[in-house]
Amino acid sequence: MKLTLKIWRQKNAQDKGAMVDYKIDGIEPDMSFLEMLDVFNEDLMSKGGEPVAFDHDCREGICGMCSLYINGEAHGPDRGVTTCQLHMRMFKDGDTITIEPFRAAAFPVVKDLVVNRSAFDRIQHAGGFISVNTSGNTIDANTIPINKKDADEAFDAATCIGCGACVASCKNSSAMLFVAAKVSQYALLPQGRIEATDRVLNMVSQMDAEGFGNCTNTGACEVECPKGISLENIARMNREYMSASLKG
Amino acid sequence: MALDSKIPSGSVSDKWTNYKDHINLVNPANKRNLDIIVVGTGLAGGSAAATLAELGYNVKAFCFQDSPRRAHSIAAQGGINAAKNYQGDGDSVFRLFYDTVKGGDYRAREANVHRLAEVSTNIIDQCVAQGVPLAREYGGLLDNRSFGGALVSRTFYARGQTGQQLLLGAYSAMNRQIGRGKIKMHNRHEMLDLVIVNGKARGIIARNLITGEIERHSAHAVVIASGGYGNVFFLSTNAMGSNATAAWKIHKKGAFFANPCYTQIHPTCIPVSGDHQSKLTLMSESLRNDGRIWVPAKIEDAVAIREGKKKAIDLSEAERDYYLERRYPAFGNLVPRDVASRAAKERCDAGFGVNKTGEAVYLDFAAAIQRYGKEQAFLKGIDATDKQAVTKLGTEVVKNKYGNLFQMYYKIVDEDPYTSPMMIYPAVHYTMGGTWVDYNLMTTIPGCFSIGESNFSDHGANRLGASALMQGLADGYFVLPYTIGDYLSPDIKMGTIPTDSPEFEAAEKGVKDQIEKFMNNNGTHSVDYFHRKLGKIMWDKVGMARNAQGLNEAINEIAALREEFYKDVKVPGTDKGFNQELEKATRVADFLELGELFAKDALHRNESCGGHFREEYQTEDGEAKRDDENFAYVAAWEYKGKPSDAVLHKEDLVFDAVKLVQRNYK
Repeated sequence: MKLTLKIWRQKNAQDKGAMVDYKIDGIEPDMSFLEMLDVFNEDLMSKGGEPVAFDHDCREGICGMCSLYINGEAHGPDRGVTTCQLHMRMFKDGDTITIEPFRAAAFPVVKDLVVNRSAFDRIQHAGGFISVNTSGNTIDANTIPINKKDADEAFDAATCIGCGACVASCKNSSAMLFVAAKVSQYALLPQGRIEATDRVLNMVSQMDAEGFGNCTNTGACEVECPKGISLENIARMNREYMSASLKG
Repeated sequence: MALDSKIPSGSVSDKWTNYKDHINLVNPANKRNLDIIVVGTGLAGGSAAATLAELGYNVKAFCFQDSPRRAHSIAAQGGINAAKNYQGDGDSVFRLFYDTVKGGDYRAREANVHRLAEVSTNIIDQCVAQGVPLAREYGGLLDNRSFGGALVSRTFYARGQTGQQLLLGAYSAMNRQIGRGKIKMHNRHEMLDLVIVNGKARGIIARNLITGEIERHSAHAVVIASGGYGNVFFLSTNAMGSNATAAWKIHKKGAFFANPCYTQIHPTCIPVSGDHQSKLTLMSESLRNDGRIWVPAKIEDAVAIREGKKKAIDLSEAERDYYLERRYPAFGNLVPRDVASRAAKERCDAGFGVNKTGEAVYLDFAAAIQRYGKEQAFLKGIDATDKQAVTKLGTEVVKNKYGNLFQMYYKIVDEDPYTSPMMIYPAVHYTMGGTWVDYNLMTTIPGCFSIGESNFSDHGANRLGASALMQGLADGYFVLPYTIGDYLSPDIKMGTIPTDSPEFEAAEKGVKDQIEKFMNNNGTHSVDYFHRKLGKIMWDKVGMARNAQGLNEAINEIAALREEFYKDVKVPGTDKGFNQELEKATRVADFLELGELFAKDALHRNESCGGHFREEYQTEDGEAKRDDENFAYVAAWEYKGKPSDAVLHKEDLVFDAVKLVQRNYK
């Protein structure tokens, strides 16, 4: 395959950055998108250029490190995958592919396609946990039966990989889906109910402080989420937030 | 220096209890005067950092990723073992201990493994209390499944994402402590050297991967939890960034490196598709519970399949060779990983491989789909002879159990595994070897600890499935927090360790010199060029089957490649900022040394055991032939300037509770 790549190049956080056009040849449909970028970078370096920086690690869709806004979509045109699981067979010979970083005020660019998503960590510091110390003396795991439906729903919410596609896809750069996934996981489990009030208030407050926008229910986040985290979680978080606010 | 494993006296089942009863403790008021560095935030490092902070120590944690949640433990799929015996199928602490020692082909330290089995049950309680959503049955209780090398169902799981859920549990515990200021988290930092002051580990030199700044960090103890070294093969199931640098740097500073040749080649990975391949993807071992592994019985059929003239589904039952069921009737498709991997290689080498390169076997779910479908049809009162309905129902069940894995396979291979069998082949997955540690998980450098995959201690020559998560969390949550306190108790009046000492100065200079050398090298080839070459040598000559001639060649080739690397590697850009090529260069430099020691260790071990298979040492029917008389020891290597000069130290393995026999899965 022959392709034209339009890639965002930015030296560092202070640099203004710009789109740069490149041509590449010899790409095979079986390559993953990131393998295509590997080949591209090798080629660029052999010509004396500096490779394009992009985040990636596990390359199997679970670590949440890879990002990329490809042809106007977080993680590219395929559904239910991260960029590392996207394959070149999704594109055609001769295509032009635009590659940008995840854009949001709360995700400043580090270099080229790499952004800083520490805001997500700080939201978790504010309440993304159950306050239980390691002791080896907690009650036996089977003392708390949990009905399978709740357990499965909590699991579905817990599969969020924290990649930030929801924020990048949202016209308001809202982090509601990300925060709602964690709030939901714990809200659905008896272990998590004990601190539910403080958790939702603290996490939402930190989310606002980080500069993420509001949710206007467009649902773009759910469509682009590589793990299919449901909008129902946002509804659940809103209910949790309302009742927590009333308890005040 | 003689190795002292510091194994407590007494019977194997009493050692840990007695040990805990008699160690020195640090009182809560003094813990806040002690600093601990933890390098790596996977299951071992994350759980250790959280627990140490809960106890009151000041923890400084480091990871090279942009968040601790990304550590590669996240990718573990299948499950975590624990001797809960919830299924009432005869499990016990002793059985888990026994299975692990046997599964490790009698090359693990009994005392450590027993302790691991003892605390396994606490891990499940702890994780459930933290809100980890482990799989449940309809009655609301926890579900289990069985895994390779065991005759009981003791594996807890969270669909195909157990590692993710357990890691996010540890991450949440860390978050609570980061929020309280008890853990100072350093994301996007890479440890590049250990600092030793007066014979004790007192800090590290780290590079801030965003600014490029070289930083000094001090502490009263340093914990290495940086994972394994599987990426020495270039292609492995490890993450792209997984590296051995922290472990190798402490080795160069005096920590012995144990059993580097014990590497696990996992039997069920997606086969290599071409030269561009950057990593390999695992298909969880849990699939072997329901999937049947086979190749064509006749070589003509294998050839026809490779040429695209026949398909898997064209072959009748009689034309298929379910070789694991044939060779190992008792364990069948659930033999341990090393046995399953070698059996696949044996069939493919004999010409029965089923993909273009001839390096793939089938993992088939057709039988499971029919079995589950009939069960469901019966439950729902549907006619069980209606094949279409049964297939539909059975597919649903399989989808519920393994949906995410099947989807992953489909996205990579572009073939539907529900209708045609998966193709799989072994790939490098886990390293049982690692830094040598004593019973306290301390390396041969006082104050420098090593936990999780980065140490060597619990899995012997082969790790059983669902045991890595168990060990990582056992070390971090339940073992290290005790042993490190015993070590730190004399240090309570020490005060903060200054970072302006000559020792810090010298270590920092070493790191800066290495980086400068790379930046000014002006070579012609990229880091990956050398890494791929190293990987090929390792896979061809130090991989699933090894022999003396190949190993000798590998040793020479790696040494030559290392020389070429330093002469000819090219690192573009600047070191004063984000530079991924520079990160790779410092990692591959260490792999180029480690790889040679790996081959040297494999060459010296004149026996076959677990994941180490020497072609010269096999039984008549091709099974690994151990030599307990001469090799029932841990090989711990001391660094002496070059891998070829490394000095061997032996820790003899004493088996009191388990009798050494040939592993038999027939």
